[in-house]
Amino acid sequence: MPDLITVHDPRGYAPKVTGKRLAPRHANLDGKIVYLVDCLFDNSEAFMEQMRQWFAANLPKVNPRVIKPRQSWVDDAEMRAKIASEGSAAILGVGL
Amino acid sequence: MTSLLEEDGVPCVAVHTHVFHRVATSTARLRGIPTLRQAFVPQPVVGRTPGELRGYIEGADRISGRPFMQEVLEGLSRPLDDADLTGATFERTTPRLVAPDTEENLRALFLENRWTDFLPIVLPTEARVAAMLKGTSQPPDTVVGRMRAGNFREAWEYTVEKVAVNAVMAGAKPEYFPVILALAASGQTSRQGSTTSMTCLSVVNGPVRHEIGMNCGIGAMGPYNHANTTIGRAFSLASQNGQGGSVPGETYMGALGNPMAYSLVFAENEERSPWEPLHVQKGMKPTDSAVSVFVGLRYVQDGFGPRDTWEEKMRRCLAASAYLPPTLVTDPIVARLFAAKGIHTKQQLIDWCAANARIPAREYWDDQWVQTLIHPLAVAGVEPFATRLKAAPDEIVDMHEASDINVVVAGGETQGAWKIFGANLAKTVSVDAWR
Repeated sequence: MPDLITVHDPRGYAPKVTGKRLAPRHANLDGKIVYLVDCLFDNSEAFMEQMRQWFAANLPKVNPRVIKPRQSWVDDAEMRAKIASEGSAAILGVGL
Repeated sequence: MTSLLEEDGVPCVAVHTHVFHRVATSTARLRGIPTLRQAFVPQPVVGRTPGELRGYIEGADRISGRPFMQEVLEGLSRPLDDADLTGATFERTTPRLVAPDTEENLRALFLENRWTDFLPIVLPTEARVAAMLKGTSQPPDTVVGRMRAGNFREAWEYTVEKVAVNAVMAGAKPEYFPVILALAASGQTSRQGSTTSMTCLSVVNGPVRHEIGMNCGIGAMGPYNHANTTIGRAFSLASQNGQGGSVPGETYMGALGNPMAYSLVFAENEERSPWEPLHVQKGMKPTDSAVSVFVGLRYVQDGFGPRDTWEEKMRRCLAASAYLPPTLVTDPIVARLFAAKGIHTKQQLIDWCAANARIPAREYWDDQWVQTLIHPLAVAGVEPFATRLKAAPDEIVDMHEASDINVVVAGGETQGAWKIFGANLAKTVSVDAWR
């Protein structure tokens, strides 16, 4: 029978995860403002402009608006407040 | 930001490129919203023409195979189910000890769980960890700090004992432990998950260098000294394990990886330098012991001299990265040759670098990280970036502020060698506080 040894676990301690619900959905987006959030990553501006054009061509009753946060990777509370007060939905993107 | 908007009551879909599927999915789960609506276009978006990006939008989602815009529109309008309404609440516990087993099985377990850097480790037995803990007066349950694997990951917490476990695994000695704790206390991870493959460079100053036999001479950057090597490795292991992992595709996305992530800690050669030590420049006393942690490290250049054309050579090297400021590491020979040329302080060399790190505006703004991280600040009017943004494309602009540039003296005087590391000084931490 080989010797058994006891060793420490090297991992740190994870924070507790608290469940959050999704926001209520709209049955359709006609007549509603959909914010296209350009997350400022390289070329995401061009991607969101193409998405805006896609909505104009395919779902003209939807009102897409491109918006940018003030900084990459930092929460912009002011921008979120604007989206929440004026918008009905948001599409965020996009990375590499 | 997507999860925050959902909390604000805004239905959202997050768009990613397909290689980020695993990390996006696990991040959503760890934010308590595993059913967060996500859609995936092909990698890359960078460098694609508007027509190609339109093709992504009109094409298939790279993960589900369904039309991409169908995924997006359904994500915004599909009625919520029970999972959407409750999210996921859970706790993850980390046991203090692993279940007893044979040495062979434990080694296999550590490899399988990705708790190592794939080099052999010293198994952290209770006796070895207890011996390591004698290297500090701090209680084992003292919280040392928190780290996260990336900007969007959750921060994990680690104690003195957890850092000791990783120090044992790295092969460090108890007398090195205060330096390792100071590195961990910086809260900076040397195993950051960025696509850029960045890591840390750390410089030790003060009496502790000699007390524990660190190398600031020949081969200072390694691998020629037990203290330098194992302290750096301990920082790396404590980073990856303290933050809850560094797993490719999930918590690590570095495209190329970085060999400097194994270990890069060395001591400044204060005795042979004509200039003020780094920690004194940062406000500490010469008799203090400290470690300075530089982050974002991903490129290195080198040269010899200063020779007759040193200014031209240095200007070319300084132009290498518009985003990362230069950290110069010079052999004492180089430092003294600079001093002989009238550069009597580090600050004079730093000022020269700041004045000569210049490139055309079109090159500056075409740098991916300048575009992603600095351009928004420039648009918002933050100086000096706003002024740089006003420059004509061929106008020469400054790249770095003097306050972001650093100089360190290390090396064994076998050659007039210098290196430039692209890295930001994040923090200078007291080692004495962890003795």
